[in-house]
Order: sequence, then C-alpha cells, then structure tokens
Amino acid sequence: MPVRVRRTLLATALAGALAATSACGGEAEDSAEPGKTTLVVKTFSQFGYEQLFAEYEASHPDIAIEEENIGKLGDYLPKLQQWIATGEGAGDVVALEEGILSQFMANPQHFVNLLDHGAAELESNFLDWKWQQALTPDGGRLVGLGTDIGAQGMCYRTDLFAAAGLPTDREAVGELWPTWKDYLATGKRFLGADTGAHFFDSSNGIYQNILMQQGDHTYYDTSNNLVIDSNPAVRTAWGMTIDMIESGLSANIEPWSPQWNSGFKNGTFATIPCPSWMLGTIEKQSGPENADKWDVARVPGDGAVRGGSFLAVPTQSEHKVEAAELVKFLTSPEGQIEAFESKNNFPSSPQAIDDPAVRDFTNDYFNNAPVGKIFGESAKAIQPVYLGPDNNPIGDRVSNALVAVEQGKLGPDEAWAKAVEDAKRLVN
Amino acid sequence: MTDLRPGTAERTGKNSRATPPPRRRLGSFLGRVDTKWSPYLFVAPFFVIFGIFGLFPLVYTAWVSLHQWSMGGSGTFIGFENYVELFDDPDFWNATINTLGMLVLATVPQLLIALVLASLLNQGLRKLTFLRVGVLLPIVTSVAAIGIVFSQIYDRDAGMVNGMLGLIGVDAVDWRADKWSSWIAISTMVNWRWTGYNALIYLAAMQSVPRDLYEAAIVDGASRIRQFWNITVPMIRPAIIFTVIISTIAGMQLFTEPLIFGQGSYAISGGSLRQFQTLSMYMFEKAFRDFDYGYGSAVAWMIFVLIMLLALINFLIMRKGK
Repeated sequence: MPVRVRRTLLATALAGALAATSACGGEAEDSAEPGKTTLVVKTFSQFGYEQLFAEYEASHPDIAIEEENIGKLGDYLPKLQQWIATGEGAGDVVALEEGILSQFMANPQHFVNLLDHGAAELESNFLDWKWQQALTPDGGRLVGLGTDIGAQGMCYRTDLFAAAGLPTDREAVGELWPTWKDYLATGKRFLGADTGAHFFDSSNGIYQNILMQQGDHTYYDTSNNLVIDSNPAVRTAWGMTIDMIESGLSANIEPWSPQWNSGFKNGTFATIPCPSWMLGTIEKQSGPENADKWDVARVPGDGAVRGGSFLAVPTQSEHKVEAAELVKFLTSPEGQIEAFESKNNFPSSPQAIDDPAVRDFTNDYFNNAPVGKIFGESAKAIQPVYLGPDNNPIGDRVSNALVAVEQGKLGPDEAWAKAVEDAKRLVN
Repeated sequence: MTDLRPGTAERTGKNSRATPPPRRRLGSFLGRVDTKWSPYLFVAPFFVIFGIFGLFPLVYTAWVSLHQWSMGGSGTFIGFENYVELFDDPDFWNATINTLGMLVLATVPQLLIALVLASLLNQGLRKLTFLRVGVLLPIVTSVAAIGIVFSQIYDRDAGMVNGMLGLIGVDAVDWRADKWSSWIAISTMVNWRWTGYNALIYLAAMQSVPRDLYEAAIVDGASRIRQFWNITVPMIRPAIIFTVIISTIAGMQLFTEPLIFGQGSYAISGGSLRQFQTLSMYMFEKAFRDFDYGYGSAVAWMIFVLIMLLALINFLIMRKGK
C-alpha cells in the first residue's frame, strides 16, 4: 500500500483535526511565558543563529524565540509543504532554500509581503540578484530576505595538477581558465598527462554552473512560460557540458554517492566546482591524510553560486509584525556576519562580504586559501537569474539526461530531446 | 430462615426460572450483553485503528486523486483526469514494468530457496537453533544498512561483484546503467533479506506434517525429492499461499532498496533513464518532488488496485491447483 502518501495525508488530517480542536485556545502557546510573544523559527541544516537569538531576546524582553530545526533539507521540504498546504504548523519564520523559494514564488500569497513591513529600504543590504529572486516579477511582493549564498570557487588537487605538469599556485590556476572553453582545454591537457584521474566528478555541477552564468532566466521566462528549448542560455550550457563529457573529462560519479565520497580520498578527480558550504564536505571526505592537497581557485566565467537560503514569514503566523522584525534582524549585514562566523554560511549582503571578518577569512585545510575573498568576488560578479516554479524538477530531468550521456546510454541529441519532452510533460 | 429460601432455590436452579428475583434479572441482562457484545469490544481496537490509519487515508487518498491538488492545498475538482493522464504516462508504465519485473526476480527465487532451505532445516540437523537464528538474522538487519552494503558490493569502480567478474575476465558492469543489471542487483537485496523469513514460515508448517506420511513414502521407495514435491509441498500449501501473497504485496511496495541503490541527489528517479524506478518511488516523486499531490495519489491508488489484482490472481491459481 502507498504507505508514504497514507502517512502524509494522515498527518495532514490529524494536524487539521488538532487545529480544529485547539482553535479556541489559539493563544495557549504564549501562556508559557506570560506577557511574552513566542516566535517559532523553522530551519533546516545549520543556520548558526543560536547567538543571534540570545542577543535578540536580550534586546526585546517581550519576545521569546524557539528554533525548530530539521537536519536535512530533503526531510524539511515535505514538512514545509504540509505546513503551508494545511495552513497550520509553519510557525512564524521559515527558512526557504533557493530552489524551494522558486517553487513557492508561484504562490506568493502564502507569505507575508515584506515590503509592507518596511523591507524596501533594506534593498541595498542585499546583492541585487539575491533581492530579485524573492521579488515577484511585477515587483509588488517580497517573499523573503536573503541569508546566505552558495558562492562558488573551483576546488582542485595540487598534487594531481603537479603530476600533470600544470601550475599549482591558485592565481596561476585561475588564469588557466578565464572561460569554460579554457577550462575544457586545460582538462584536455590534464588528460593528456595520463595521471589516471579524471578532470571533474560529474557533469551535473559543471552544467549548473555554466547555466547560472548565462544570466537572466533558465527554463522559464519571467512570465513563467516554459522556454527550455528556445532559450539559448540552456542550449549553450548543455552544449558545453556535452563537449566536456565527450572529451572524457568526467569521472561520471554521482554527487553525494559513496563513490563520490571515496573519490575525494583517492583523488579520482582533479577539480570540482565548490560552493562555500561544500568546503566542509571536501575536508571531511578527504580526511587529514590529504590536508594541503586541496586548494581553491576562481571559477571559470563570471562568478557563480549554488544554493543559499531566505527567511520568510508565512501568512498563517499570528505574530506577523514581530516575525518580520526578527527576519530583518537576522538577515541584516551584522546578522549575516555572525552566522558566517558561526557556521561558515557565506553572506548575501555586500556590506557583510566586504567586512574584514569575511573578506580576510582563510581556510587552512585548503592551503590557507583566502576563501572569503575568492567567494566574495564570485558572488558579486554574478548576474540575477530568474528561476521559474518547476525549476528544480526540470533541472533534475536535464541532469539525468546528462548522466545518461555519461553512461553511454543516450546520444547527446536523443538525451536533449528527452530532457525537453520530459520538461514539457511535467509542466502540462 | 424463610428469607434464605429464594437463595437456595436459585442455587438449585429449579425454581429460579419461575420466580427470578429482580436483582438477578439485571445480572443476566448484563451477562447477555456481555456474551453478545464483549467479543466485538475485544476486536474493536483493531477495527478502530484500521479505520483511522487504514480506511480513512485510503478514502482520503482517493478523494485527493480526483483533484488538481498542489502546493496551495485543496485544489480544483477534476474528476478522473489524473487517471486518464496516468494511463498515457510512459513513466508510470515504465515504473509498473520495473516493479513487476523486480517482483518476479525477487519473489520466485526467494520462495524456492526458502522451500529448499526449510526442508533441509526440517531434517533434524544438529545445531538447529543456531541455523534457525542464522536464517532470521537478515530480517532484523535494517533495510538501509542492506541497501548501503549491497550498493557498495555492486559499485561500478570498486565493487566486489565487478572485482570477481574481473577475475574471470568479464568487463566491469555499470550496474546502475541498465535495466537488467539494476534489477538483478536490487532483487539480490530483497532475496537476501526475506528468504530466511519465508523459510521459517515453511519450517513451522513442515513440522506439523505427519511423520508417518514420509515413513509410508519411504516404504514405497519414494526418493527424497519425490517426497518433497508429493508430500511436503502439498501439505504446506496454506503457508505457501500466505508467503506468495505477502511477498507480492511487499514487492509492489518496493521502495527503500532501489532508492538507496540509486544514490546521488536525484535518486528518486531510479537511474538516469528510470531504469529501476518502482511504482512507490514514482508516487513519491510526483507527490513530494514535483508537488503534484493529486497525481501522486492517483498513482497510490493504482498501486492498491494492482496489489488487489495480483492477490486475486495468486489466490485463484493456488485454489485451482488444489
């Protein structure tokens, strides 16, 4: 039997029933601390807000903050769906990851318009594209305020580069690939040296990177029409990725698989596009025995980001005004710097990026690479990209088509036709 | 003394029917209620729980499947449109074929091996308890652990199976890239986990087969294999029917093993070309990845209908065989 749907629907139903029975006692949750308003903040993974909450509570004696954290984004997403769909349980502040946000942008009425709460004057506190992402196309509603971004560099193995006769200094490595064409050429040189390693892990990250650098929009135009087969940006990213696969650069290793994890340790690939949050993963998987073998250079093309989140206030919150104030506090440049110091979440605020605490940050595992500076430049260089409602599911299908090419199961043209057809079927 | 008489009469039971005391009448009423309704009360918890956790979600899922039901909560009623779309959906049929294919690959060898294993265990071997615990162990292992270990055994670059194939000069297989190879890999996990469980059920059934049947067969000169097919298998038919139906239901719900085998960030698609995506995975993908709850519910209901159909077919075949 459909256990999962059953369970979910049941949970939804029970939540509904509970809501009905507790409707008359709506203020019950506040009675724990008389005179105080309790704000419930829902987050996933690590936002590094403990210190900020303590500060805020100290300066706002009438506010108590409760954080409810869910470890994995994958577990958080279906729950968030339920809270929003049933109108119950989302609390007062929710974290929205970039991909989730783009799915909710089609139904912005579920979230408080932060422009009504004086957010307009904060625009300069955010990178332009980050601000645009949470703004409806007509500019009338602001769904969330940015927290961190997955500013990106290109991580590479100095030992493999040395073995292939390539420079190992991060400035010189960055100069090897001003564009993705140069990256491809470097990859061919690397393969020619026959070190036994591939040039990158899988086409997935490369494709995402190139696509996001093409600017403006991807699978949807800004009026939410599907333009996957007519947008030259998608076609360019696809074509360049196919070139790299056909040149044998890819190790064809699925990200987040056990193979991928051991690939870091065994040096089966020489480079990987790495968002700031991935540095911890690389360090953990490569282990202390590979310390100083990794370094970070600039990414080909003009900057890149992958991932990053927003904070929003669901309309079901009973304390919208207080919640909006808290969101403004947490996403302020100072708040973002604190979160960065706490969990290395790279700020989305230009003021925070230029702050010495971020700018001068180096990572000793990666040969003391000045990651604060590299990621900051990457983040500022990128142009805003509009992501439509089904951006994530379509992206999944496109990257699966690329994997099929890597596996030798489909020719590039067949794979492209399949990706387009899948996307069209999904949207209809 | 006189006021004791009704009591005595009652004890003898002779006059009590003629003049039942009012107190006792209430007692017998309660007694009747007790005998009549208590059994229902005792079985009620199951039905109440089934009603809440089984029937209601079932009906509710059916209701949702008739809607265009996405993120914004209850959507527009569209009748059977989701089902119409479903019948025209190649991914749904692909998932159906995958599920049925792996069902056959996993159930048939599993039950055959379990039968043989059980009859071996039934021979009165020494250290029997140890062996029985041995066949039981895979069931108590977590599915996730099995999935992870087998995924590594079937790894393309560093897997044990490819290593052994290499020894006999066979090229490494990319197990996730083809239907046949991924089906085999996943079916092994299922077989490994459930063979012992079924063997124990068969063993229990075999122990109730009268010994003299075998003795008579031996006198008649029947071989062990002959005894197995002509005595053991027919005598434990109810146990076989039970395991076939249970395995079919479990096979139709196959989810965790292929999901873990798939790996990566988009494992729910079951491979780049949906090589091993099962129906439950497709249901989950539609509902929780694409946020089309109505469509996901329609898939869920189709799984239910398919299970019912398969159970019925199983049942008919088994009964006909009798």
